[in-house]
Amino acid sequence: MSDAHKISKDGSKPRPLSPHLQIYKWQLTSIMSIGHRASGVALSFGSLLIVMWLVALATGPEYFSLVHNLISHWFGQFVLFGFSVVLFYHMLNGVRHLSWDLGYGFDLSTVYKTGYSVIIMAVILTTITWLTVWFY
Amino acid sequence: MATPLKNAKGLGSAKHGLGHWITQRVTALALLPLTIWFVSIVAIMKDSSYENAYNMVSNPFNATFLILIIISMFWHLQLGLQVVIEDYISNKTKRMSLIIIMKFIMTAVGLLSALSVIRIAL
Repeated sequence: MSDAHKISKDGSKPRPLSPHLQIYKWQLTSIMSIGHRASGVALSFGSLLIVMWLVALATGPEYFSLVHNLISHWFGQFVLFGFSVVLFYHMLNGVRHLSWDLGYGFDLSTVYKTGYSVIIMAVILTTITWLTVWFY
Repeated sequence: MATPLKNAKGLGSAKHGLGHWITQRVTALALLPLTIWFVSIVAIMKDSSYENAYNMVSNPFNATFLILIIISMFWHLQLGLQVVIEDYISNKTKRMSLIIIMKFIMTAVGLLSALSVIRIAL
């Protein structure tokens, strides 16, 4: 995408590009949009962890206990927690996207309201889930 | 004459683009209840022993929904990753290769997951 860093063969300077990410103000809309994409990519890789669990279960108790120990370790729990946050965000923002696909909610105040709602609901759902995991 | 509906139906140069768009939304819709179900069933699981996990997956209802979420999820994520790759990789060869490799890997992993569930359930 950016060819400014390539030095051409005759040694001449690369053409300058105007800055964009460094100067354009970050807004909720742009942050949530790239957040939706980033969360999608993260979830794609995270899904491999779920697969690992299923395959270990299908393989036998020895592999399963290995996977179980990885999950029970504090780092495993940390990853799982992060995965749940990302999952809820992507799911809720996905609903927001679907409402846009149906034509609803394009005016700026609604975009901001629904945007903040997604973030708050993601926090709430994550909290409920993990309280259930630890205390149910 | 190229009417807009004709293009939307895939008869124009974009051909199957609309199909991807629709499938992405349909799999997303499927994933909404399936994800809520999956998170709930994992969260309330008190006994994380092998036997309990095995019994849970071998239950026919659970096995069915697990396979449905596997299919929906791996289809949805393939379409999503494809769009991301298309956006960020300008070189034709690299772009096409990466998309193909990604689809191969994700299909294999999806099949592996579904097969594991079926093996446990049967």
